[in-house]
Amino acid sequence: MKNKIKQLIKSFSLLELLQGMRFTGKNYFAKKITVFYPEEKTPQSNRFRGLHALRRYPNGEERCIACKLCEISCPAVAITIESHCRDDGSRRTSSYEIDLFKCIFCGICQDACPVDAIVETRVFEYCFDKNEDRTLNKAKLLSIGDKHEKQIAYDRASNMTNKRGDREF
Amino acid sequence: MIEFIMTIWGWFYPEIQTILIIVFKIIIIVLPLMLAVAYLTFAERKIIGFMQMRIGPNRVGPRGWLQPIADTVKLMLKEIIFPAQSNKFLFILAPVLSLTPALAAWAVIPFSDTMILSDIDAGLLYILALTSLGVYGVLIAGWASNSKYAYLGAMRAAAQIISYEIAMGFALVGVLMASGSLNLGDIVDAQSGGLFHWFFIPLFPLFFIYFIAGVAETNRAPFDMAEGESEIVAGFHVEYSGMAFALFFLAEYANMILISALTSVMFLGGWQSPIAGFGDSIFWFFTKTSLFLLLFLWFRATFPRYRYDQIMRLGWKVFLPITIAWLFILGLAIYFKLPPWFA
Repeated sequence: MKNKIKQLIKSFSLLELLQGMRFTGKNYFAKKITVFYPEEKTPQSNRFRGLHALRRYPNGEERCIACKLCEISCPAVAITIESHCRDDGSRRTSSYEIDLFKCIFCGICQDACPVDAIVETRVFEYCFDKNEDRTLNKAKLLSIGDKHEKQIAYDRASNMTNKRGDREF
Repeated sequence: MIEFIMTIWGWFYPEIQTILIIVFKIIIIVLPLMLAVAYLTFAERKIIGFMQMRIGPNRVGPRGWLQPIADTVKLMLKEIIFPAQSNKFLFILAPVLSLTPALAAWAVIPFSDTMILSDIDAGLLYILALTSLGVYGVLIAGWASNSKYAYLGAMRAAAQIISYEIAMGFALVGVLMASGSLNLGDIVDAQSGGLFHWFFIPLFPLFFIYFIAGVAETNRAPFDMAEGESEIVAGFHVEYSGMAFALFFLAEYANMILISALTSVMFLGGWQSPIAGFGDSIFWFFTKTSLFLLLFLWFRATFPRYRYDQIMRLGWKVFLPITIAWLFILGLAIYFKLPPWFA
């Protein structure tokens, strides 16, 4: 009985509703957290997983040895690799394709890679207007890698030493 | 120039002159109302954004001030799609039916002691009649769309609007008893004498219920069952696009402004200033109306949607008994001439 009266008073005084309105009212004057996107950007982690890239050694030799570990470990089956024997007798990829519509950007391919060849860069602003552009072929992957090599190398290094890597190149 | 216009004016028959004056007055009311609706949508997006620690639209024009214009242009250029199985005539009639009462009700709203389009004695009755008409637009829209979601939305809206109209009507009966008149101008005059003579003090529960029921009448959050984005997509106007959709939008916001204006006229003394005889003017009417509009937006930013059975319970088992009980108390207060309101 006593509880019922208490409940009645509580609901008729609209205390909880007023509390809610006080909260939103206070937030009206709070500092706004909006990031003005094209002009401002949120900070990225050095483990950011964006567009893929294939890396090269400093002497220009491509890292990928066509072991196909990434292809096997890819949970979305987005990677297709074909390999051949190069003239010098080493095993290399003849084609390396990533279907960006299938890719879920989980980063398992770069974890699986024994030679740090396939990596995910910080690039996340891209688009395509033709359907065939959705597959990244070997040439495209290598060129992305060449373009962002400095950032990629810095991110790997800072990640190893466990530093915060928020530097941009 | 002025003489020339006056000569042309003199050529018209007196009857036609009267009609022209009335049309002019209607334009004077409707155009600013449309502008107010446009910028109410902007205010809503900004205020709710601010309450959610965002900043709202800010790209079109300086600080986003041209956003409503851009929205209007977009909606006007869009195609109106008729569902294949719909009833075309009713489909196009429904938005008109929901907007017309929202605009027509403004005829009897007193903006100040002299500014009123038609000073009729049964003003309150006229308001009650017209605000009830709004439900037909919703019902017909849901029916004519021939779509499940639209139909469900229309049924919900109809049940909800009709339920809350009863509590609203009873709340207005209280105003009627307190002021002794159906004329909205007289109702405001009955509240003259400053802040403590306004009806919201002796009629506090009715004032409260009237406004909450008004929120429910206009299908606004937290009573937006008719729309219910998360359950029935957009409710009764799910099949509408382009200008037909824009008309529903206009109607909803015009109704919000109407309810706010009515609440300020009935309970907060319309154009009266809070201090007796201190510049009664249209300014106070607008201030009070804006206050209630802010509350509408504030509610939407704060409260989650009611469950359907809870809406019905609130309308029938809470609001209705309270209004009836308060009418008895009010009757006693008037009988014993309780000062300062009924002396």
